Amino acid sequence: MPELRVIGEEMRPPAPPERRHLISIKDLAREDVERLLAIARTFESSLDREVKKLPALKGRLVVNLFYESSTRTSSSFELAAKRLSADTMSIKSAGSSMDKGESLKDTALTLGAYDPDVIVIRHPQIGAPHLVARATRAHVVNAGDGKHQHPTQALLDLYTIRAELGRIEGLHVAIVGDVMHSRVARSLTQALTLMGASVTLVGPPALLPRDVEVLGCDATTDIRAIADANIVYVLRMQRERMEAGANYVPSLREYAARWGITPERVRPGQKVMHPGPMNRGVEIDPRVADHRDALIESQVRAGLVTRMAVLYDLLTSGPVPVQVAAAVEVA
Amino acid sequence: MLFWKNGSRDSLTLEGRVIDPTEGIDACLKLTIENGVIARIEPGGDARYTIAPAFVDPHVHLRTPGREDEETLVSGTAAAAAGGYCAILAMPNTDPVVDSAATLGSLVEAARAEAEIPTGFLAAITKGQGGAELTEMAELADAGAAGFTDDGRPVVSAGLMRRALQYGGFAGRRIALHCEEPTLSRGGHMHEGAVSAELGFGGYPSVGESVMVERDLALARYEDQPLHLLHLSAAQSVAALRAALDAGVEATAEVTPHHLCLTDEAVRSLDANVKMNPPLRAREDRLALLDALKDGTIGAIATDHAPHARHEKEVPFEAAPFGVTGLETAFAALYTNLVQTGLLDLDTLLERMSAGPARVYRLERPRVATGAPANLVVLDLDMAWRVEEDGFRSRSVNSWLLGQTLKGKVRMTVAAGKVVHS
Repeated sequence: MPELRVIGEEMRPPAPPERRHLISIKDLAREDVERLLAIARTFESSLDREVKKLPALKGRLVVNLFYESSTRTSSSFELAAKRLSADTMSIKSAGSSMDKGESLKDTALTLGAYDPDVIVIRHPQIGAPHLVARATRAHVVNAGDGKHQHPTQALLDLYTIRAELGRIEGLHVAIVGDVMHSRVARSLTQALTLMGASVTLVGPPALLPRDVEVLGCDATTDIRAIADANIVYVLRMQRERMEAGANYVPSLREYAARWGITPERVRPGQKVMHPGPMNRGVEIDPRVADHRDALIESQVRAGLVTRMAVLYDLLTSGPVPVQVAAAVEVA
Repeated sequence: MLFWKNGSRDSLTLEGRVIDPTEGIDACLKLTIENGVIARIEPGGDARYTIAPAFVDPHVHLRTPGREDEETLVSGTAAAAAGGYCAILAMPNTDPVVDSAATLGSLVEAARAEAEIPTGFLAAITKGQGGAELTEMAELADAGAAGFTDDGRPVVSAGLMRRALQYGGFAGRRIALHCEEPTLSRGGHMHEGAVSAELGFGGYPSVGESVMVERDLALARYEDQPLHLLHLSAAQSVAALRAALDAGVEATAEVTPHHLCLTDEAVRSLDANVKMNPPLRAREDRLALLDALKDGTIGAIATDHAPHARHEKEVPFEAAPFGVTGLETAFAALYTNLVQTGLLDLDTLLERMSAGPARVYRLERPRVATGAPANLVVLDLDMAWRVEEDGFRSRSVNSWLLGQTLKGKVRMTVAAGKVVHS
């Protein structure tokens, strides 16, 4: 008599992987960040080869949907997808049906009809990526939603910090400028604290959100607080917020004098970062921006491999051992 | 001041646990209704159902005229009947605004032809709700206005606010105020606090409401005129109201089910159905509102039923309009979230949904008494039900309770002697 066996968990066909998105740093655990940084490092070595293209995502479709102007984010996502051999489609709001007043939901449904594997979206309003995730079957990557989150920027910054300083844990990072309107500040603060770094937010009183300490950081208006930071991370000041009448700060001149990052305010060896695009002479003195302690170009380079890692990770089912990512190069 | 279809008056018998806190009734009784009037009250029946004075909602947006795709007199009053209401008051922020006797007259006429339950109308304080010129309040009062409000907008000018209190007093109607200092609330999509700091939303701080509450109470005190505060949301507003009441100001106030049940934590869902004005506030604000409701500082629960078209809410949070529906879920939401959790007793809830709001605008109080017109709600407190889109009589489905299971169902509503829902 053959033995009757009850089918156990181990014998069932594997459940289809949960559809994953990258919408907020808050959705990530420390091990997720470690995995993404490791995959990015693997991809970085592939960039030194003569033929830079990898076949990892061949036949996959990545749609870039940009409702805000962007140079570095949109170009690096597009190049990241191409380097992984995915098909790409880039849609910008000017000249598209978004321009004709089509709702985000309808645009998402239209693009969803092409069955894209990933939709990368940048949108001026908080929660737009969530809406696209609900309206389509694609994996959604948030490339910036209003003042909420910009998770791939935070990841590329972590990548840069680890590459330049050898570690993240235990570092002290001062983030300086218009925290209130900055998705970069929000996602980076969460990412740094997740990885064991400490963060101090520094800026004019009206540009530090009330109760911002809930992000797990300190906040102060005193620029001297940057003195003992390993890294000074300078946020972009948007000029319209500096105009007379906005009254977040009395004037551009006053901002630059009180919070501008000048050579006098940084000490040798203190690293300086900026998500770009910079307003030289406003939030950052050109002498600081061009100094060898500035990591700004490294950040841009890190953007490509980090975004490659994000696309690769979302489209391969679940957590992937680093060795598998390495094997891709050989394929 | 209330207008509805001049329909039949019903005769029926109701049995159950009858609770009328104002009349001091809490007993198993048999109510005999003859020709729309409570003819006899006798001992009898069991506690299977709970019978109480039907509810009064002092704050409803019927969206008519102008946005009949969102709500009409028919759908809005049917929704109210299903929620246990025997009377509602509609806000004047329609298109056109209810700011003239002609517009009000056409609404009154429509209500007489179409309204399922008694419906009253508040008229605007200022023409077009523009905040510049007073409406002809005396003529509007004669034409049936139940009160005056620029709801949806504050009266920004303190000087005009003072004139409105003076003239409203002359017209014999209460001024109801949406308290919001626009230079503080501008750009705000939610309460300013820890959650807005994390999510990145522009914040509408609680002080943006309370400074206006304090100003308006000071003006009411100076002019010795009554006033009503709409949909309070902030602890500091409650504190200001308490102080004014102690000083003898004739002030009343209302609070919504969503402000009593939720806090700004709910906004983490980024669901446009938790976007309202005033916004959901912090835990301490919610608790202050609850305390004020318990001790009577806030005497009325108002739904601020604000229907919105589906496509207007299916957008990112910041692009969505403010407001949620509430008529069909108010009792069950409050019973489930406040009474069942021990935060509020049933008697107080029933009083604040019926006699309390009636008192604000001096409407006839729904009551259980021999010879009184039958305005009754029959409740099944044990029944659990799921809030679903296709269950609404309202034309709109922008409810913060979608998908939730609630306890306590309205089984029958008798309004002005007629069974309007069963």
